[in-house]
Amino acid sequence: MNGTAPIRVLVDRKIFPAVGDRDAQLVLKDVSFEVAPRSFLVITGPSGCGKSTLLNIIAGLDNNYEGKVDLGPASDRLAFIFQTPRLLPWRTVYENIALALPDSDPRQAKIPAMLESVGLGHSMNAYPERLSLGMQRRAALARGFILEPEILLMDEPFVSLDDPTAASLRSLLTELWHTHPTTVIFVTHDRTEAIQLGTRILRLAPGKASVVQDASINLTEEQRHDRAAILAEQNRIFAA
Amino acid sequence: MAPISTRISSTPRLLAAPSGFTASLERLFWMAGSLLALALLWQLIAIYAESRYLPTPLTVFDVLWREGASGDLWKHTSATLVRVAIAFIVSMIIGTSIGLFLGRYRTADKFFDAWLILFLNLPALVTITLCYIWFGLTDAAAITAVALNKIPNVAVNMREGARSLSKDLDEMALVYKFGWWKTLRHVTLPQLAPFFAASARSGLALVWKIVLVVEAFGRSSGVGYRLSIAFQEFDVSTILAYALAFILIVQIIEFTVLQPLQSRVNTWRR
Repeated sequence: MNGTAPIRVLVDRKIFPAVGDRDAQLVLKDVSFEVAPRSFLVITGPSGCGKSTLLNIIAGLDNNYEGKVDLGPASDRLAFIFQTPRLLPWRTVYENIALALPDSDPRQAKIPAMLESVGLGHSMNAYPERLSLGMQRRAALARGFILEPEILLMDEPFVSLDDPTAASLRSLLTELWHTHPTTVIFVTHDRTEAIQLGTRILRLAPGKASVVQDASINLTEEQRHDRAAILAEQNRIFAA
Repeated sequence: MAPISTRISSTPRLLAAPSGFTASLERLFWMAGSLLALALLWQLIAIYAESRYLPTPLTVFDVLWREGASGDLWKHTSATLVRVAIAFIVSMIIGTSIGLFLGRYRTADKFFDAWLILFLNLPALVTITLCYIWFGLTDAAAITAVALNKIPNVAVNMREGARSLSKDLDEMALVYKFGWWKTLRHVTLPQLAPFFAASARSGLALVWKIVLVVEAFGRSSGVGYRLSIAFQEFDVSTILAYALAFILIVQIIEFTVLQPLQSRVNTWRR
């Protein structure tokens, strides 16, 4: 059975080489953690602390580091939802989702239902650039979840949206995560978002280049809809 | 009372966005009118000049008709078209390959950039004469000469295209395991399509003009050859007749092949 082994991440050193007159920069140092199957890990920290770099390393997009990432047997069921939707503008929404699957994959049949569930049932044949950013992000979510991934990596997928749109996408994500349980590693700089979504939080700090806090988030499903409860948990964790 | 259709068609909304058919009909109307005016002007000047070196449009059409009837027009234009087609395809393929290669490999680009500039600035006349001298007065030499003139243009264009390929989309294709074929077809080529379409359109215009020069220099068939004979006889009517025929053919290719191709690759744009 897939998804029973934890993900093991060990980054001894990650350096951005010197470019032009900018010196080489140590981005990550001795970052080591495991992620339990079906958990929702949030990695947070201010801009420039190496969150996205860490995620790219886990995804296998960045191999230029010292260390080792072991995704376990689930490594071939990995989806990545990027900071920008990264849809192919010259393919329709439907085609964009379909391309993420092999041509004769049985999951192809589930695309219409998936698009329906993210609220894009009427925009299947639209080109992405004709949709709002919020809708494009919904399409990106659908592309990630259609894989029925064992590992789902998300890099600030809800930035530059207005509050109501971001909130509706967050509840959509929670809904999808409950219907398609998967291990999530979610990067964000938004503390409230981190507390509302995650089951565990890792904090990175700039300068330190490493993990400064590793805490579990103790909220019930009801409390995740309660602003006061989220705020209390946020204060508890970030005061530490 | 005005008929209903008139009133509807005079609403601002419809005026602002005429249907595609009406718009192209209107464009055709303007084009035909403007060309007719040019022909009329030409006719007036020719009548006034009364010179055998400036025939009237009617005389030119008469020559065109005779050349068409004798089969000469078809023989020469088809010979030229075959050369244009081969030279066009060869230079698009080679130019695209070179452009993509240089756009992707920075060291190669640094090294070959100077070569590209050299070939870009080499006069057509030089490549043509050298090709004929080195390879003889053959069709292969003629087509090589034309291609050598066009390849640097295509390469420079496609290099820009390759440089502007999105790294973001490449990563997306990698994460979602597109594989090389799906990546090429759905990620890379669509990004290059506008550059390719632009190269093709400017390419056709350049290639057919150079093919005429090549034919005038060292071939015994084709529009260029026919023009060089007409030049020896100072036969202006024939020169104009063939020029008109060829402009017409190139415009037909432009409207029926290249423009639809370009608008097809752009349907997804907002």
